Amino acid sequence: MTDVSTSTPTTPPLRISEPGPRRSLPRPRIRSAARRWSGWLFALPALAFYGFFNLRAVIQSVWYSLYDWNGIGPSTWVGLDNYVAILTDSELLEPLLHALVLILFFTVLPVCFGLVAAATMQSIQGRFAGALARTVLFLPQIIPGAAAGVAWTWMYADNGVVNQLMRLVGLGGYTRAWLGDFDWALVAVGFIGTWLSTGFCTLLLMSGVGKIGPQLYEAARLDGAGAIARFRHITVPGLKQEIGVCTTVTIISALASFDVVYLATHGGPGGATMVPGVKVYDLAFSESRLGDASALAVVLALLIVAIVLPLQRLFRED
Amino acid sequence: MAVISPSLIRTPALRRRAPGVALILIAGVYSIVPLVSMFSAALAPQGTIPGGLSWPSDPQWHNFLDAWTVANVTTLLKSSVLIVLGVVPLSVLIATMAAYAITVLRIPLGRAFYLLLLLTLTLPYEIVIVPLYQQVNQLGLLDSQLGLILPLVGLNMPFAVFWMRAHFLNAPAELTEAASLDGAGPWRALTRVHLPLATPAVTSLVLLMFLSTWNTFLLALVLVNDPDKRTMAGALQAFQSKYSTDIVLLNAGALLLMAPTILVFLLLQGQFTKALLQGATKG
Repeated sequence: MTDVSTSTPTTPPLRISEPGPRRSLPRPRIRSAARRWSGWLFALPALAFYGFFNLRAVIQSVWYSLYDWNGIGPSTWVGLDNYVAILTDSELLEPLLHALVLILFFTVLPVCFGLVAAATMQSIQGRFAGALARTVLFLPQIIPGAAAGVAWTWMYADNGVVNQLMRLVGLGGYTRAWLGDFDWALVAVGFIGTWLSTGFCTLLLMSGVGKIGPQLYEAARLDGAGAIARFRHITVPGLKQEIGVCTTVTIISALASFDVVYLATHGGPGGATMVPGVKVYDLAFSESRLGDASALAVVLALLIVAIVLPLQRLFRED
Repeated sequence: MAVISPSLIRTPALRRRAPGVALILIAGVYSIVPLVSMFSAALAPQGTIPGGLSWPSDPQWHNFLDAWTVANVTTLLKSSVLIVLGVVPLSVLIATMAAYAITVLRIPLGRAFYLLLLLTLTLPYEIVIVPLYQQVNQLGLLDSQLGLILPLVGLNMPFAVFWMRAHFLNAPAELTEAASLDGAGPWRALTRVHLPLATPAVTSLVLLMFLSTWNTFLLALVLVNDPDKRTMAGALQAFQSKYSTDIVLLNAGALLLMAPTILVFLLLQGQFTKALLQGATKG
């Protein structure tokens, strides 16, 4: 079954014979060095904005992270102490662990759902995913995360839709104020993330399936491959790149989440849903612990890079 | 609607299609239920506690008018539009110029500049927020729209240059040669030859930048203390903390604050979905 993809006729890549040294007329050197440097005039505004408001700020964060500083008074060099604190102080470490848990909801569930939808839709080839479906599925993607936070605060309220539905199906005994529940708040916040990214993953994976040749599925069917085998050996490998994109984008939004959590719970109850983004904000702007805030922000950035870079490699099209 | 059209019932494919259609319907309902539930709550009589998803017997449409006033929507609309008009054209213009310089003019060290931009492409806003606050403070721009616009342009650069570079890389090289043979300088070649061809790329970039600017939250929260000078998304925070107990007004106000994006999206949904899907897959 695994060799389904190779059973399709393949044409050997065209080999263009190496051309001899190109005989071209000696080109007048229109582009003098000075003229090429003058092209920088086009790039300078971008460099200025980027350097001043982005790169400089990143470097400064790294620098602050090595100090103990309240933002106003004198600062003390503490070396890597702030980083040690992140690993040893549960108040700082827990937000990072929560962010990792959120990957399950922001990334794993939406990608799985998207894959199932894409596979199910495979026979339709996106004809039904017309304007209406696209509009509705993309809606969560375009509203601000802060608005999603407000919307779901109401969904999860005592008398909100979630509890209403549970009563309807006879689970009335389990209703609660979800965002205020120590055990369930993080899961509840996680499902907001699922809501935010499912449509995006579904549409991206569906458009990817449209590009897989139908003859591949036809050949597999003739070979006697069932739906699950076709899913495993054609759909999933064929969507490798799209899966990579969904995973990357949603992992970044899970780890760097701020607006949803800030508005839905602000990290509560009692830090049960605290995420690095909200913690950085609190440390810097309520507790005046700029060194700790910067160190946590740096760790968060490194965590994102450490997860995203290998993924890029993994999902790159060979 | 198409599901029940008679021509489809006759096709044997309907049975194969049914699970897919059902899935998409479920996903669609799931997508809009939170918004519909806000809508139904927003129509309940003020001061009452609405119940989940239930159409009020006597919908109070004037709640939206009241919410418009208490949420200061007119002021916020102006502020958001001002911020978008400051950020989007400037970001797109200078990013396009930079990408043009890197790919078409092949400026010396252009590749190094591009790699420098890529370095911060995936970094979260959290890592710049503390120093940005101080920088904007030092410039005396805290609490003003300009103090939000300038950093946003800087933060947009990695993605915007990356986006336009991908476009210029695919632009035929003969174009540049033709333009330069005609004696056009680099500026004329950009505006007369390259930009007209770049319209789809530029349009998508404008939409993506509009969306991210309009939805800016963390930066608006930190750099602008006066909620009336924020983006609409940023202003949600102040509105929520003020009306957290008034569920009816809170939902009406929140809906008003997200209505403009939804409207723009509905009007341009084709371009939006294309831009969003492209935005993810480019590169």
